[in-house]
Amino acid sequence: MSGNDVLLEVDDLKKHFKVNQGWIASLMESFGSGEPDYVHAVDGVSFELREGETLGLAGESGCGKTTTGMSLVKLHDPTAGDIVYDDTRLSEASDAEIKQFRQNAQMIFQDPFESLNPRMTVYDTVAEPLRIHDIRNETARVQRALEFAELLPAEQYFDQYPHELSGGQRQRVAIARALVLDPDFIVADEPVSMLDVSLRAGVLSLLDRMTDEFGLSVVYISHDLSLLRHMCDRLAIMYMGKIVEKGPTDQIIENPQHPYTQALINAVPVPDPAVGRDRVELQGEVGDVIDIPTGCRFKNRCSEYIGDVCDQVVPPLEAKTDFEQDIACHLYDSAEGYDPYQDMTGSPSASETGEEPESTPADD
Amino acid sequence: MAQEEQSSRSIYTDLDDTSSEEEIDKWQRTFRLWRETLQEHWGMLTDELSVKLSMLTVAGFMLIAIFAPFIATHQPLQRQYQGEAGIIIDKWVEPSLLGADTQYLLGTTAEGFDIFSQLIYGTRAALLVGLIAAFFTAGIGTLVGLVAGYYGGKVDDALMRIVDFLYGMPLLPTVIVLVAVLGPDLWNIILALIILQWRSTARVIRSQSLSLRERPFVKAAQVAGAGDWHIISRHLAPNVLPMTFLYGSFGIAWAILAEAGISFIGLGDPNTVSWGTMLQASRAYSALSFGAWWWFVPPGLCIGLLVISGFLIGRGYEEITNPKIQ
Ligand SMILES: Nc1ncnc2c1ncn2[C@@H]1O[C@H](COP(=O)(O)OP(=O)(O)O)[C@@H](O)[C@H]1O
Ligand SMILES: [Mg+2]
Repeated sequence: MSGNDVLLEVDDLKKHFKVNQGWIASLMESFGSGEPDYVHAVDGVSFELREGETLGLAGESGCGKTTTGMSLVKLHDPTAGDIVYDDTRLSEASDAEIKQFRQNAQMIFQDPFESLNPRMTVYDTVAEPLRIHDIRNETARVQRALEFAELLPAEQYFDQYPHELSGGQRQRVAIARALVLDPDFIVADEPVSMLDVSLRAGVLSLLDRMTDEFGLSVVYISHDLSLLRHMCDRLAIMYMGKIVEKGPTDQIIENPQHPYTQALINAVPVPDPAVGRDRVELQGEVGDVIDIPTGCRFKNRCSEYIGDVCDQVVPPLEAKTDFEQDIACHLYDSAEGYDPYQDMTGSPSASETGEEPESTPADD
Repeated sequence: MAQEEQSSRSIYTDLDDTSSEEEIDKWQRTFRLWRETLQEHWGMLTDELSVKLSMLTVAGFMLIAIFAPFIATHQPLQRQYQGEAGIIIDKWVEPSLLGADTQYLLGTTAEGFDIFSQLIYGTRAALLVGLIAAFFTAGIGTLVGLVAGYYGGKVDDALMRIVDFLYGMPLLPTVIVLVAVLGPDLWNIILALIILQWRSTARVIRSQSLSLRERPFVKAAQVAGAGDWHIISRHLAPNVLPMTFLYGSFGIAWAILAEAGISFIGLGDPNTVSWGTMLQASRAYSALSFGAWWWFVPPGLCIGLLVISGFLIGRGYEEITNPKIQ
């Protein structure tokens, strides 16, 4: 399934959350009236993570970045689709394989004030994964991990509680915890967005060093493109649970093609004002993630709207003839000869691609 | 495959994982951390005057309960007779504390029992009921709340239906029925109180667990591969423990009040003296109309003191722990 250098393959991942959980709604549902509503947090995302690669996941708040990241480390069971790690489909993995996966997949959370147990010391927090996996040399490893995270001298932090640490120190502890098992890949969910601006550079350079020295594959999640630009080899831009553009970082930043990506990049202050760009303003609200619109999800805000095809046919993320990156937009010609106009009203496949099957179970 | 290639790129490669180097003494460390936490809480708790006084009161009652046989001047349930002959019961005697020329500090009852000794032994019953009932209500409630809150779904539904059912039962009437069925024994009263009182602890702990399990530090433990029991015991329990203590200390007060109430309406254990049974007897013999206030005022005061102390300690603890939970 995967090539030798692909560590993780995400295959049409979907995660829907049931919304109406009230007992009246569930009563009505059991009498057959009223369909449960689902938040389509992640709605068909595919990408691969290669060994030693850093992949950035960008998009506005609420587009499903965190849910994707959590699914990658198996904090969510996917509603549909699958994740393949080391040639194992996680949905079919045995307990031993899951344990192996747990040892190699770690996550750094957005809010360091929430991601450390307030009643656990730094030592216990960092040592916990070692205890769970029954790994020897606890003290030496914890010390190394803390030293790597530039918490020096490490012993001095052993008995401190999170409330005695600053935000930057906490995030370093969280990084040390993620690294103590010597994982293969890490999901870093907006690792510096909650930190004081003055502390960000330090933590970012630590993350940079981490990628290097551990030979890690990292998925960086951020809404901040200027940050991802420096950290990532490849970028994937998400909008309403789908990836709209995916490719090498330089290509996406310098030469964005999807109207949404263009708008996002325009929102970032350009460091050099001489680099002129056509300004594309992002207008309107993010669409409804419960009642997904037909066709392209970006159509209502799109400055390049080209009519019925956008309204009716979901643009697949695919290679385009003239560009290095994959783009999900009808503006560009498919490299594989896919013609969206064939799928327009009249032919039944249009409604099939537009509607997601909602019979699949989703949890909250 | 992937790991082998990468093992060369790691900061742990030189660590020999087959033999364990010297590790920090875990037990010693855990013990030290616990002691430090307790010391810190104790220090903050006793900072407040009302809490300090309450603690002293409770400690005083505990000493009295422990040393009751040495403090009491008579057997609490032994009739006292006038003179050597042992024919005339020494009843309605006025207290020597008020200047009467008798050997009874607080006088005697209508049945000829020494009130002071009953008061002293009554402390035992009160603390026994209070501490045991509170320990088990807090313990059961915490366990049920943790399990219901952590697992959620059907487990939660089932456990919370039981709690709802118990909430439908009014405390005193139900305890009265239970005690009437099981027999008026102090242990049955305790049992009845436990059965009915874990519900409130369970509910509060459940809602705390529900929100705790969504906190990122629990997610982080799950990512590291922690099992359910690991998360419940290491991550949820330490964070709900202050709430357990809080409900425990309130539980002491409630249990003592409930026992007094049950005894007062005549369902107390006839073979044990408690403050409640003292009040009940004084009412049955119309002590008030005889002006024998020394019969019912002291047990009433003792109940009030102990109950208020329990609540004050609980409140004080609530105040110091709530901002620190975060
Ligand atoms: N546990 C959950 N239950 C219900 N809805 C959720 C849950 N987690 C996320 N969502 C919803 O899914 C959508 C995507 O959220 P998220 O992945 O957090 O976005 P992002 O990280 O990009 O801001 C949001 O609309 C959010 O409200
Ligand atoms: Mg997020």
